Parts: sequence; C-alpha cells; structure tokens
Amino acid sequence: MSDIAKKQAEWQPKIIAFLCNWCSYAGADLAGVSRYQYPPSLRIVRVPCSGRVSANMILDALRSGADGVLVSGCHPGDCHYISGNYYARRRFAVLKRFLEFVGIEPDRVNFSWISASEGEQFAEVATEVTERVKKLGPARHLVKEF
Amino acid sequence: MTTANERITQELRQRARQLLESGQVAAFVGYTSGSMPMVMQPFVARTPEETDRLEWNSFCVLNLANYLPALLKSLEPPRRPGDPPPEGPLPKVGVVATGCWSRNMVVQIQENQVQRERLVIIGISSRGMVDRKKVLGLVGHADVTSVKEDDNSLLVKGPGLEQEINRWDVIRDNCACCVHPDPVIFDHMIGDLKGERKLGERFKQVEEIENMSVQARWEWFTSEIDSCIRCYACRNACPLCYCPTCFVDDSRPQWVGKSIEPVDTAIFHIIRAYHCAGRCTDCGSCESACPMGIRMRILTKKLQKDVLELYGTEAGMSLDTPLPLSTYKLDDPQDFVLTESLKGEKK
Repeated sequence: MSDIAKKQAEWQPKIIAFLCNWCSYAGADLAGVSRYQYPPSLRIVRVPCSGRVSANMILDALRSGADGVLVSGCHPGDCHYISGNYYARRRFAVLKRFLEFVGIEPDRVNFSWISASEGEQFAEVATEVTERVKKLGPARHLVKEF
Repeated sequence: MTTANERITQELRQRARQLLESGQVAAFVGYTSGSMPMVMQPFVARTPEETDRLEWNSFCVLNLANYLPALLKSLEPPRRPGDPPPEGPLPKVGVVATGCWSRNMVVQIQENQVQRERLVIIGISSRGMVDRKKVLGLVGHADVTSVKEDDNSLLVKGPGLEQEINRWDVIRDNCACCVHPDPVIFDHMIGDLKGERKLGERFKQVEEIENMSVQARWEWFTSEIDSCIRCYACRNACPLCYCPTCFVDDSRPQWVGKSIEPVDTAIFHIIRAYHCAGRCTDCGSCESACPMGIRMRILTKKLQKDVLELYGTEAGMSLDTPLPLSTYKLDDPQDFVLTESLKGEKK
C-alpha cells in the first residue's frame, strides 16, 4: 500500500450529526450503552426536534469544515411535538434536491429516522454515512478558510 | 391607433382616479417612468391628480407586492407596541397586479403580511415583460435614449442608433416560461382573462442543468454567481423577503460572511433561494433588479419544480391552499431518507 493510499484509508471524516433529543439522541446513547461499534467520525449536536434544524445550520456546518452532515429525528408519527418531523421531512426533501442541484454531492448531506430503541440502527447509519463521506473525500465546495 | 399598453394606461389612470376620488383607497401603487429609458419606477399616487403620472408598458418588472406591507403599515394610525389595534376599518391601498404579483399577494395574505380587505386589486393579464438587459445586448450595449413601444416591436433609439426589435425576442426568461398570466385575486380587471398558457418546456432552463454532472453543476453555479457584489438587490426586490433581520445581517450566529468571498456568496445564494421554496411565484423581480446580470431565478425555479413534483402545489394559486412547506401529508415522499432507502435495499 502506498503512503497516499494508506493516508486515505486512515482518514476519518468529520461529520456533524444533528440528533433530536427524544429519539435519535437516545438511539445514539443506546448504541453506546449496548457497545455497538461504529466509526468515531460523528460530532453530535443535540437539538429539540428535527424540525428545529434549519438550512442555515446545515450549511453552517459545511462552511465550518464538516465533511458531511447527518440530520436524524423520530420516525414520522412518533414526533414528541406531534408534527415537527413531518414539516422537517418536506423541508429536507426540498433542501437535499436543491443542494444537489447547485453541485453538492448527494452523500454529503444525509437524513435518517432513528427511534430511541434503535441503537443497532444508529450504529449502522453512522457506519454507512461515514463510508459514503469517506468515498467522497474531504469537503471542498462550501468550506470557508478562516 | 393606440397600442394595448396605451389603452391599459388610460384605463388604469381612470380606475385609480376613481378609487382615490371616492376615498375607497388612500394610496394607489403603480409605475411611472423614471429618468432612464426601459426602467420604470414604482410609484405611489396619493391624490387623484397624481394618477396622471401612472403608466403601463413592457418594462414594469419590479414586483409591486413588495411595497404593500410597509405601505399599509404607514397608513395605520401610529401606535406603540402593546397598544390595542385601531378600531374601525383601516385605510386601503389600490394596486396593479398581473398573474405572478397577485400570487405573491396571496402568499403575503397567507403569511399575515397584508390583509385582503385592505387591498383593492386592479388585475391585468400579463403579456410578458421585456428584459432590458436583452435589449441592450441586441444593440451592442450602445447608449439608448428612447424606446418606443408597439404591440409587437420596440423601436430603440440613441445617438447613431435606430433599431427595431421584435418584442418577443427580448421577453424576460420567466415570462417566456410563465403559465399563469392571469391574476388569481382581483377586484377589477383591465382587459380580459387569457386563461392558462400551455407550455411544454416550462422547466427547460432547470432541466438543462439537472442533466449535468455534479461537478459541472457546481462549476455552473459558481460561475453564475461569480460576479455577485452582494448588494442584496435581489433580496430587496423580493416580496417574500420581509424578515426584520435577514439571515445575512445576523451576527450572532453569523451564518454567512459579509465579504464577496466565493464561499459566502455561494451560501448567500443557496439560502436566499431556499427561503423562497414553496413561496416563489417566479415573478423575476430578483433577476431584473440584479445589476450584474446573475440569473438567480434558475435557483428558485428549481425549487418551484421540486415542490410541484413532490407535493403537487404551486405558491399562491388560491387563498385556500396552504403553502406547501407550511403543511404536510402523512405519506409525503421520503425516499431521500437514508434509513428508508437502506430498508429498501435490505428487502
């Protein structure tokens, strides 16, 4: 293995994960308590609801140097605030398509539904997102050099 | 022989005069010609005499809905925060509206920025407006001192310049792909309703870009906004942008830098367009206001296309249909969600 290939294999992307307090954050907690293995690439930001996450926050994460973003909330129908994730679902669907339109790679920004009992699924999603972002390499497009 | 626009101008002045004389409205919003050819300025007539300055032609490109919230507020009796709302009916405003502007008014009514009962809307079915930049491009950016308009042609004059241009060659991009020329809400109509336009290639501009690769799309996007000087004319011309503090002006947190660094410009354009998702009526005001000729309308058009594809609604088509992003359905498409697509793969 060449040095560059080695470096690439060792590279851990930085992924900002916005997790809703009631489901996905607890799901992440359960993944830890249950000792499921997943890559150490996520930086978790706890938010009250996936409906709290705005486009500003996702773009700010990318601008600040995140290689990927994961937004995760309760399954539709299970929202602690009844309908927060339904509104979020519409907004994210439009945002994801729009970011792809302006040339952001589809796998940079990811969305998922993970309940508080799905520790295993959380580990799975974290692994999947990390792999996808790893394939893309470090983010360049919207990163601001300070 | 008078042209269609001259007839509209006459009727518009007459209607506005009647409204102001009878006291039905306190002000009437329309256009008057400014000091430059092909640039119309928004004009508020407050006395019957002033209505003689109202004009209508193919260069009325700025969206009049933009001025309504502030104008209506200025006509209310002054009050301090916490004071009870004034009693009795508040002064009304008359306004001209074509298809897209009337839809913006619907959006403003739905978002509680204006009240329907305070508007007297004079509807005009739009023939499409002319893009000044396209005209200037055709005459080689020569000095233009006057433009005489006929129904289907423009006679452009300047020092050593006299050129006749087919009006339909220089129509604005958004007007060329417009399918709703008729106002959706109005109190009086000037001329007849034209009905929906049938158009096969409504989203052609967007589809061309969608078909490019991710990298090519990024290159297109950055080259398109490359000349942006961050003057925010697009934001200020937009009737949807009424936030007291815009995200670009926020400093804690600072979502976007204030310089013209490419990253900040890109984020500004992404978020500005995204904030119009499900609300934009493609009036083209942003593009017409842009001093640098950036076609940022393509961004909002893409959002319009997606919202129509995903949720089957368009902004402002009716007062009874909620705005697409302020409502939801239990079975909205969610194949973009990672956990859902992983589930699909496992099956």
